[in-house]
Amino acid sequence: MKVPMTEYLRIDLDTEKWECRVCDHVIAPAEGNYKEGLLVHNRNPRDIHPPIIDPEKYRFTFSPDPDWVRILEFCCPSCGTQVETEYAIPGHPPLWDMQVDVAALKAQWAARGPSAVPDAGPVVMPDRGHGH
Amino acid sequence: MNDMSTRAKMPSTEEITLIKKFLDDTTLFLGPDPEIMQNHDLMPRTDIEDAAITTVSDAHTVAKIRDRIQAGCDEGFEMVEQMGAAPGAKWGDVITGVYSASGDLAIASAGGVLIFSALVHHPIKFIIKNWMNDPTVGVKEGDGFIHNDSRYGNVHNTDQSMILPIFHKGKLVCWVASTVHEGENGAIEPGGMPSMAESPSDEGLKMSPFKVVENYQIKRDILTFLQNSVREPKLQYEDMKVKLFACLRIKQRIEETLNTDGPEALVATLRLTMENVRAEVKRRISEWPDMTVRTYIIQDSTLRENCVVKINCKLTKIGDRLIFDFRGSSPEFTNRATNTIVAGLKGMLAQVFLCYVWPDLPRGQAAFAPIEVITDPHSIVNCSYDAPNSQSLMSIFTGFTAGQHAVAKFLYSCPEKFTKVHAPTFNMINTFIWGGVSQHGETLGNLCADLNGMGAGATVNRDGEHALAPVFATMADIGEQELNEEEVPFLQLVSKKMTRDAIAPGKYRGGQGYTMMVATKDSEQWGFMTTAQGAKIPPLQGLFGGYACGTYPLCKVKDVDVYDVLMNEPERFRHSIEDLMNEQPFDEASYSTHHMGMGFEISKRGELFMISQGAGAGYGDLLERDPGDVIKDIEEGLISPGVAARLYKVVFDAKTLAIDFDATEAARAEERQARIARSTPYAEFIKGWNKPKPPAHLQYFGCWGDDTGTLYMGSPEITRRGDQPRPNYMTHPKDVRIAELEARLIAAGAMGDEKK
Ligand SMILES: [Zn+2]
Repeated sequence: MKVPMTEYLRIDLDTEKWECRVCDHVIAPAEGNYKEGLLVHNRNPRDIHPPIIDPEKYRFTFSPDPDWVRILEFCCPSCGTQVETEYAIPGHPPLWDMQVDVAALKAQWAARGPSAVPDAGPVVMPDRGHGH
Repeated sequence: MNDMSTRAKMPSTEEITLIKKFLDDTTLFLGPDPEIMQNHDLMPRTDIEDAAITTVSDAHTVAKIRDRIQAGCDEGFEMVEQMGAAPGAKWGDVITGVYSASGDLAIASAGGVLIFSALVHHPIKFIIKNWMNDPTVGVKEGDGFIHNDSRYGNVHNTDQSMILPIFHKGKLVCWVASTVHEGENGAIEPGGMPSMAESPSDEGLKMSPFKVVENYQIKRDILTFLQNSVREPKLQYEDMKVKLFACLRIKQRIEETLNTDGPEALVATLRLTMENVRAEVKRRISEWPDMTVRTYIIQDSTLRENCVVKINCKLTKIGDRLIFDFRGSSPEFTNRATNTIVAGLKGMLAQVFLCYVWPDLPRGQAAFAPIEVITDPHSIVNCSYDAPNSQSLMSIFTGFTAGQHAVAKFLYSCPEKFTKVHAPTFNMINTFIWGGVSQHGETLGNLCADLNGMGAGATVNRDGEHALAPVFATMADIGEQELNEEEVPFLQLVSKKMTRDAIAPGKYRGGQGYTMMVATKDSEQWGFMTTAQGAKIPPLQGLFGGYACGTYPLCKVKDVDVYDVLMNEPERFRHSIEDLMNEQPFDEASYSTHHMGMGFEISKRGELFMISQGAGAGYGDLLERDPGDVIKDIEEGLISPGVAARLYKVVFDAKTLAIDFDATEAARAEERQARIARSTPYAEFIKGWNKPKPPAHLQYFGCWGDDTGTLYMGSPEITRRGDQPRPNYMTHPKDVRIAELEARLIAAGAMGDEKK
C-alpha cells in the first residue's frame, strides 16, 4: 500500500521508501529524511519576491534581504517537481521536517485498509517524468 | 553536617499546619501563581460535578442546555460588539464565556477572539485560590472582578476582562466573563501595546484580578482611579459597563436554565461538554501518523532593531499524545517587549485547532487541554515575571505559524479531515496604531482594524483569500474606515487596494494584502506607530513546494503636505507605494523606508505613512498553477505581467493576455529540467551550505541546527543553556547608531580632542 504523505511525496509501506507521486521515482528510505534523496538549490529570495520599490534608492524594498535569508528549493531529481521549500538563515542546516515512525504507520494503515487513502494530489501529466 | 541533617526532627502534622498558616498569613505579595499559570489542562472533576453527572447525563438534555448557554454567550457577545466603545469591540476582538465553578472555560461565544478562550481561566483560578476565602475580599453574589495584567493570564495588557461569579441558592455554580481588546491602558505609548517598553513598569495599568463591582454596581472610587490611569477615561467606564451588562445577560440565561432544569443539569452540562471535547481531541489525534515534524519561524526584529529571533518548533505525535516542543527558541529579551508568557503561546496554539483544524468542536478550553507544550524557562515563548511582554503578539503569532505549518504535515495523510490542509496564513498586525488629540478635542489612543485583514494561506485545492481575517479571530471584521474617520484626524488616502507583486506563489497562491496610506489632517497633536515583523525576513514558511510571502516595510514621505498637493496639483498624486516611492512625484519631499517597528511618532499634516497587509503562504509547485489563474491574477492587479511570466513560466500575448498553452507547457518542461541542472544532490549541497554556528554578520537569537540545548544570544560567541536563564540586554538603537558614527569620525580623524 502507498500512503500519500504530502502533495508530492508518498510512502510505499511494502518497500518502506519515500517516493515521488508525480514520476514514481524512489527517493529515500521511509525512516530517514526524504530531503536526502532530493536535489537542492540555494535560491536568492529576490528572484521570487521581487523588489517593488527601487533597491538602488531604498534599504527596504518588499523583497527579503538575501544576506539574511535564503530559500532552499528541494526538487525531485527525476521529474524536477518542487517538493518542498525552506526559508533558511544562511548556513542553517536544513531541517529533517518529517521523521516518520514507519512501523506505527504500517500498523495504522493495516487497520484502515487501502480504501481509506485520500485521493487529492498533484496534477500528474501522462508524458511527464519518464520522458528523459 | 551529615550528622546534623540526619538527626533533624521531622515536624508533626500539627506543626506543618501551623507553619503553613504562618506562611499564608505573612505572604507579602501574591504574584502570578506558577501552579495556575503553567497549567492549561482541565481541573479535576469535583464531587459536586460527579454527583451532578450521576443525576443528569442524558446526551439530549446536555445538548439542549449547551445550546441554550451557547446562545446566551452569543447574545452577550453581540451586546459587547454593538455597544462597546473600543474599536476592538466593534470589530469583534471580544469573547464571552461560561466557566465551571473550578474556573475552566466550558462554553464560549461562537464569534470573536478565541485565544481568550484559553486564557481567562487563569485569573478566575487566581480569584478562587486567593480571594474566595480571604476575609478582606471574598466572593459574593453581585460581585464582579476586573483583570488585565497578562502575567496573571490573557494575551497582553490591552485586554480587560469582567468576571462574575454565578450563585444558585447561595452556592457558587459557575462563572461568566467578558473580555475585550480595549486598547488604551496608560502605557508609555498610546494604544496599549508599547513596543518601546523596556520593563513591565513601562506597560501601563496592571490589574491583577480584583473586585470592582459590588451588588452589580461598579464602584465609583475604583473606577475613577482606573480612569486616571489611562488615556481614554470615558472609554474605560463605558466598556466596563458594557462588559458588566453582557455578563448579566448571560447570567439571566443561566438562571432560566437553572429554573427549568436545576443546578445539576447545568453543572453536568458544563463538565460533560469539556470532558467529551477533551476525549474527542484525543481520538482525533490518534488518527494522525506517528511522526515528528520540525519547523522554525523567524522574527526579524525586536520592533526596536532588526535581528534574527528564532521560534523553534518540534511537534511530535505518539499514539493519542501531541507534544509541542518549543525548546531552542530565542532567549527572552530583558529589555524588549516581544516576549510572551507561556499561556499566551498556548492560547494562540489553541487557535490553530479551534479555527483551522477542528472548527466543528464546541469552543472552550477543552480542545487544547490534552495537548502538551514544552518550553525553555525565561525564553521568548515562556518569559519571566520581570520581562516586558506588551508586544507578545510578535511571539505568539510566529509560534502560531510554526504550529500551523507543522500540523499541516500531519493532516495530509489523514483519511478523516475536518478542514482542508492549509498553508500558513499571514500572521502580522500590519496596521496603524494611532493616538493624540482628535479634531473634536478628545484624547484618543487605538488602532485601525486593518490588522484584521491578513491574507489567508492557500489550501490543498484553492488559492488563499485576500485580506480575509486575523489569525487570532477568523470571524472578525476589518471595519469601515469612513466611520473611523469621523472620530480621528487622519484619512486613509489609499485603503484596501491590493499591493501588486507582494506575492506568495504556488500551485495555489496565498491570499494577498492591501495597501494603506495615512496622512494626518486636522490635529497638531497626532501620531502613529506600527508593530510588526517581516521587513527583512518573511514571518512564514510555504507548504509542499509553495513559497512564503515577501517582506513588508514602512515607507514615509515627509516635507510635503499631500492635502495641498491634492487641492492644487492633484495630477501629481500616485495611488500606489510603488509609484510614489519610485517616481518621487513631490519636489522637495523626502522619501524613506523603515522596518515595521516604528515607535510612536508625531506626524505633521499631509505627511504620508504607507504600509501593506501581508500575503498568506502558497501551496504546491508554482509550475502546476493553472495558466488561466495566472492571467486572472494579472487582470486583478495582483501580479505584474513580467513577474508572472518569469515565475510561472506562462507564455501569453502581452496585449490580449491570450495564453499560448503549448508554449507554456514547453516552457514549464524546460524549467523543470533547468531546476535539475542548477540543483545539487543533498549530501553534496550541505557540505558547502551547513555552518557550525550562526553567521557573524547577524545578531542571532536561539538554537542553531540540531543542538536545541544551546541558545545563541546575539553573537556566535555568546550563548546560554536552554534550561539556565541569563539576562539578555539589547543596546538602545540610538546608542548603536551613535557608536557607528563615532567610529567613522575616529577613522576620519575628526573626533578632535574631545575629553573622555
Ligand atoms: Zn518526481
